[in-house]
Amino acid sequence: MDDPVILRVENIVKTIGGQRILDDVSFSVKKGHLKVLIGPSGAGKSTLLSCINFLSPPDSGTISLDGKAVDGKSRKELLALRQQVGMIFQDFNLFDHLSALDNVRVALVKVKGLDKRAATNRAMEELARVGLADKSTLYPAQLSGGQKQRVSVARALAMDPKVLLLDEPTSALDPELIGEVLTVIRDLADLGMTMVMATHQISFSAALADEFLFMERGRIVERGAPSQLLARDSGSRTQSFCAKLSELAGDGHCEIAPAPRA
Amino acid sequence: MEGFYSAAQASWEAMPYILGGLWWTAGLIIGAMLVGFILGVPLAVLHVYGRTLTRKAVAGYVWLFRGVPILVQLYLFYFGIMAYLSELPALSFLPLSSGFLSAVIVLGLTSAAYQSQIFRGAMASLPAGQLKAARALGMSDAVAIRSIILPQALRLAIPAWSNEYSILLKDSALAFTIGVLEVMARTRSVAATTHQPLPLSILAGALFFFLTWAGIKILKRLEAKVRIPGYAHQGSL
Amino acid sequence: MDGFIAFAWERIIPTLDAGLWTSILLIVPASLFGVAIGVSVGALRVYGPRPVVKTLDAYVSLFRGTPLVVQLYFWYFALPYVRIGDFALVLSPMWAAIVGFALCSGAYQSEYIRGGLLSIKRGQLRAAQALGMTPFQSVTSVVLPQAFRRALPGCGNEIIYLIKYSSLASIITVSDLTGMGRSLAKSSFRNTEVFVVVGLYYLALVTIASFLLKIAEKKLEIPGFESKRE
Repeated sequence: MDDPVILRVENIVKTIGGQRILDDVSFSVKKGHLKVLIGPSGAGKSTLLSCINFLSPPDSGTISLDGKAVDGKSRKELLALRQQVGMIFQDFNLFDHLSALDNVRVALVKVKGLDKRAATNRAMEELARVGLADKSTLYPAQLSGGQKQRVSVARALAMDPKVLLLDEPTSALDPELIGEVLTVIRDLADLGMTMVMATHQISFSAALADEFLFMERGRIVERGAPSQLLARDSGSRTQSFCAKLSELAGDGHCEIAPAPRA
Repeated sequence: MEGFYSAAQASWEAMPYILGGLWWTAGLIIGAMLVGFILGVPLAVLHVYGRTLTRKAVAGYVWLFRGVPILVQLYLFYFGIMAYLSELPALSFLPLSSGFLSAVIVLGLTSAAYQSQIFRGAMASLPAGQLKAARALGMSDAVAIRSIILPQALRLAIPAWSNEYSILLKDSALAFTIGVLEVMARTRSVAATTHQPLPLSILAGALFFFLTWAGIKILKRLEAKVRIPGYAHQGSL
Repeated sequence: MDGFIAFAWERIIPTLDAGLWTSILLIVPASLFGVAIGVSVGALRVYGPRPVVKTLDAYVSLFRGTPLVVQLYFWYFALPYVRIGDFALVLSPMWAAIVGFALCSGAYQSEYIRGGLLSIKRGQLRAAQALGMTPFQSVTSVVLPQAFRRALPGCGNEIIYLIKYSSLASIITVSDLTGMGRSLAKSSFRNTEVFVVVGLYYLALVTIASFLLKIAEKKLEIPGFESKRE
């Protein structure tokens, strides 16, 4: 009917050291949508994300991007998939020996084969988009956590990904630095970037997400619109998990933040 | 087969003689380590807490002894300086013409340069608050360094310091060049008289290898003994 | 003392200059081979299959656990006695020294290379893969540049050690700096003067080498990879 499905994940199973980390997980993401993975740590959210681009290849199941199934056996297909799927890591993983500009530029040159000038222009554009044009010459060791994460967003965006995977992008940040990264993510959602994000920032993501997927012990145990799952009387696992989180944090309340979009 | 038999026999018969060299090897290592420690600690303190000129002098010492090969130093001391000194009537009561003495001095002075750097690194890694707290209690700097800084720094330095053992062990094998009858010297002389350098050089290698290995084991034990909770001993052999 | 100046000028320096050249001919190839061995052994000890790792670990502990002078003695005096059929390998003093230095130095170098490779966090490789880099691209544009920077100070120090320990070549009859100094001292009976000058030559070599290494490190230095070398 409306938007086409970009990413389809079907029946993913992943076992690590005899333990079933992912147990028959399926979902699909439509163009421009944001799916948010929620759940206790160890539920398999990170593993699920890294199965999607075969950083840890699934034992069985299929991943299809834009209607094309990838099994990870053909090296060419695999590299092509990774090019089109951007990834943001919890601990940034900026290349420590490269400046911010080179971090964004390196894959444009080496993987996409752009010439240096085109790559530089593109990289500067992306750095400007995340508000770091003036930091392009700095090295990771000279950037704050929030700035590092924004560079890593720019690095992923420069590849023109069809889907962006975000693995708890704010978990490693000091509280006062979380805001700047969330702002960038919100802008991306507003621009219609297709994303799958694992996060504990429930009230923030509730305002943006099209669907919540609540994971526990390797399975998706609940799914639905944030407003539905977080309703005070929903009796959902998502609601009680969220309530527990906000109680521990001792600050917020567990409900949908009023969307502050302009 | 005959060749093998005579080779094995030659090295077997020479064993007691070669093993006797262990006393000299041990003496060289212990002597050099002591000299290195006794000089290295004050050098390190001066390097960290001294005035500019003192610091420069210590840096010069380190540069000198880390820059000149042990072998050249051995020749210089034994054939040069000590030979000259031993001819002075006023010093005739000292065993200055002994190769052992020259070797201990050379290995010790060089080790002092290295050890001072080890201790200096350990002192620099202590939080500045330690010295401040000691001063705040009314300790003089000398007392603070002796009773607060050094006990901590020396413990931190143990892993790097025990590395000094295996370095000295290997360097001690050079003392044969000035006539000290340690393991290498005895191996060489037996090899020369029996014309069996192959089994004998393997024997010497095995002996030194065992000494390195055994020494490291023992030092690891010592390390565990003096460990204080909260003191991470970083790095090791 | 003026006797010393004249003696140094007329006898010591010309003699040592000849030895200096020999020393350089030892040091340069030995350190190049040493680095080459160190890089390949270090990489194999990190990424190689288990039996290879075990074998190379044994090589490294053997060569680090025995004195260099014993090793040189083996290569020069004992190796000719290793007979395979009628064949025995006899090395000239020069080659025995180069082989001995390179194998020993390579064992130490491999430790630094290995440390450099191990210091690279797994996330760095994951990020490279996530961008679609091939394994080869990840190694050449992420792993090696980082490992190289981390290993450089250690590898540089090792070359400085090699310069000093090249003096041991004189023990297996090479007429290097030390060897030439020794024969001049013997024939002139002026040990102190000769060996002081020999020491100065080595000090100069070591100081120049450290200076060059510092420049190289400064050139390559970037924030987060500061060198901690003395």
